[in-house]
Amino acid sequence: MILKIQSITKRFGGLVAVNKVSFEVKKQEIFGIIGPNGAGKTTLFNVISGVYYPEEGKIFFNNKEITKLDCYKRARLGIARTHQIVKPLNELTVLENVMVGACFGKTNASLKESILIAEKVLNGVGLTDKKDILAAKLNVPEKKRLELARALASGPDIILLDEVLAGLNPTEADEMLQVIQKIREGGITILMIEHLMHAIMKISDRIIVLDYGAKIAEGTPEEVANNPKVIEAYLGDPDLALKFIKSKENTL
Amino acid sequence: MEGWLAAIINGILLGLVYGLAAIGLNLIWGVMNVINLSHGAFIALGMFCAYFLFHLAGINPFFAMILILIIGILLGMISYFIVLHRVLDAPELSTLLSTYSLSLIIIGLGTFIFTTNPRAIDIGLGSIKILGIYLPISKILTGLFSVLFTLLLYVFLYKTWTGKAIRAVSINRSAAEFMGVNSTFILSLSFGIGIGLAMVAGCLIAAIFPFTILSGAVYELKSFVICVLGGLGSPIGALIGGLILGLLENLFALKIPVGYIPFIEFVILVIILLVKPTGLITKR
Amino acid sequence: MKKRYTLFWLIPLIVGISLIPVVTNSVIYRETVFLILMYITLAVSLNIILGYTGYVSFGHIVFYGIGGYTSFYLMYKWGIHLIIAMIIGGIVSALVALIVGEAVLKLRGAIFAIATIGINEAIKSLVTNLPFLGGATGMFFNFKIYKTYGGASKAIWFAYYLMVIVTIVTLIASYLIKNSKFGYGLFAIREDEDAATVLGVNTKRFKSIAYAVSAFFPGLVGAIFFFKAGNIEPEDAFHLVKSIEMIFMVMLGGFGTLSGPPIGALLYERLKGVLLVNPLFKNLHMAIAGFVLLIIILFAPGGIVGSLRNKFKKLRGLLE
Repeated sequence: MILKIQSITKRFGGLVAVNKVSFEVKKQEIFGIIGPNGAGKTTLFNVISGVYYPEEGKIFFNNKEITKLDCYKRARLGIARTHQIVKPLNELTVLENVMVGACFGKTNASLKESILIAEKVLNGVGLTDKKDILAAKLNVPEKKRLELARALASGPDIILLDEVLAGLNPTEADEMLQVIQKIREGGITILMIEHLMHAIMKISDRIIVLDYGAKIAEGTPEEVANNPKVIEAYLGDPDLALKFIKSKENTL
Repeated sequence: MEGWLAAIINGILLGLVYGLAAIGLNLIWGVMNVINLSHGAFIALGMFCAYFLFHLAGINPFFAMILILIIGILLGMISYFIVLHRVLDAPELSTLLSTYSLSLIIIGLGTFIFTTNPRAIDIGLGSIKILGIYLPISKILTGLFSVLFTLLLYVFLYKTWTGKAIRAVSINRSAAEFMGVNSTFILSLSFGIGIGLAMVAGCLIAAIFPFTILSGAVYELKSFVICVLGGLGSPIGALIGGLILGLLENLFALKIPVGYIPFIEFVILVIILLVKPTGLITKR
Repeated sequence: MKKRYTLFWLIPLIVGISLIPVVTNSVIYRETVFLILMYITLAVSLNIILGYTGYVSFGHIVFYGIGGYTSFYLMYKWGIHLIIAMIIGGIVSALVALIVGEAVLKLRGAIFAIATIGINEAIKSLVTNLPFLGGATGMFFNFKIYKTYGGASKAIWFAYYLMVIVTIVTLIASYLIKNSKFGYGLFAIREDEDAATVLGVNTKRFKSIAYAVSAFFPGLVGAIFFFKAGNIEPEDAFHLVKSIEMIFMVMLGGFGTLSGPPIGALLYERLKGVLLVNPLFKNLHMAIAGFVLLIIILFAPGGIVGSLRNKFKKLRGLLE
């Protein structure tokens, strides 16, 4: 058990964004988080990565409590994340972006070492030919890959992927899924927020479903797909519900 | 006792003027998130406009201020297109520096043309005695007109269509555009009004104090403090912030050597910025 | 690692310029070069917090003033040698930066900028009211002080050589930061502070250190300048316009680059020198500076070095 979320509640004034959510993630698992828009998924990520502190509950990472630990220290411990809206370091080159990941994450590399690590990681995500280009000049899928590369370079034990497939066409999405599989095979645990139903159903070992900040289901993709509470939650969003039902057909 | 009363009344009158001086900065900051570093320069420009209108055309500042407001709005709108339009979406440093460069140009040219010799306008309205204290009538008028302009701005922002468009743009520019608002025009108009009010403030200040081309800077610094005290985007807040500052200055002056007052003002500024960067009296 | 040649031409250039007054034994050249070196050091220091870390310090001149006053007071009251007084001046500036930074570095963007102006004005008004620092009139050296250095003339040359050394040290420090892990952390903060935190950068500590380092060197410069001037007063020590000149030099030369600030400083000083002598332009130099700054902001925000780097990619190794 690498990550344990214990009854986490996060409030913003009167709004309860995350409501007593509990789950555990096993090492090298691919763990999916789904739910309608506004369900609190990104807020949950923000609590795990340390951007927010929860009002109630505890977080344990590798058996160490990190609930109120400084954000930057969590990276050192081995928690990396990507953002829903990518945050490239615009005026730095692609290589330099990834070097930052290698220098300040768990890897804690020296500047010289970080260059080698960065080059290796860029190779893995297919951005080697762009390594000396300014991050600002990349297109959206490339920026997503850069964000992933930067997270990988820090040598994490767990990566939090926030809608890493959004905005990608089916071919790009499939490539990204393969990259994610390879990452897991390399020993890293993956926690993924995704809206692309068929993708997350296909790749996850287990999934939890959030709705209005609370966990309404947890289990394997098959279990979750057949859970009436989940279908009801998504009926509020007919488009997603349709995708959901279609994705069920893929897992059968 | 009389010292206290005089301090309070002068504090209020001065504070109203400070408030008016700050409103322009406050509006621009609130609407387009730009800290207008040319604010002081335009206050000074307003002072000189009032001076020349009085000495060359014999127009009393209290009448000239309408003309100066219009001149200010036009100058402001033109300035918007020169210094802000291109860099509005760039990092904040760009707008800081572009408005600062405008200030350098205005003060630089102003120093060249007008020199730094002090000027004054003496309308000769005399004083009246209120509650046992002699107050120059021009000071009272300045205070009253400050309140008037504040209320006018408030009514404009909240009761007219253009004012609502301005508030819409300040909350969400793209959404306002969807509603058919020409946001570029609105932004330039907002900047224009901000500049116009700064110049009017200069005009009114010139009616009661002597000044030089460099006098605007002092009011600019005070305006920062007031904006932080009173909250951004709120005309009434600026006036209240001004009142607080005016009162504090005059009350402190009773007990503390005058030289320490800027120090205290800035310590207050920094403390407020730390505790509540959005201002003490915000609505948002 | 990419080849970095910038220091190979930058330092010889500085040394070369510094030698002109020595070789010609000209007091006029010495005064001009002294000013150039001062400006270079101030611009390069500011660049550390402004260009590398992205925090716009509008009131940076305050550290020049603090270093100047600390050092002057030590020499005036206790006859301490310039080198020691200067270093203490720099350290005091850095300490003030650390303390003030605790509070002020929590602010972002334009609000931080305003706060730094506030700090400069606050300290200026504080110093103006402290009698032991001479109040508004400041302090004057008794010419006896220069005896330790072999007389006034030798003392001024001594200050000059010291300034050369400080300039070179500052440049090397800037280079070392830029090419260190610490520097990369600063760039990350500049580009996206929240992303930097998530990536593991201890943003609070890095910002503090950057601010303190960027305050240390102006402290040294202030110490040397006011020693040479023989007197110090609050208006000169905390002159806000100098702060803006520093920003102008960094922007003109190239914000965030190594060679940009020195080039910007050199150009600015020469431009100012030329304009101030010309009777027509003498009083217009502020307006012209404003105009040039506007052009840079609107059309070439990367400054001279930034624009050259963009246009001529091959020159990048030479023009950091």
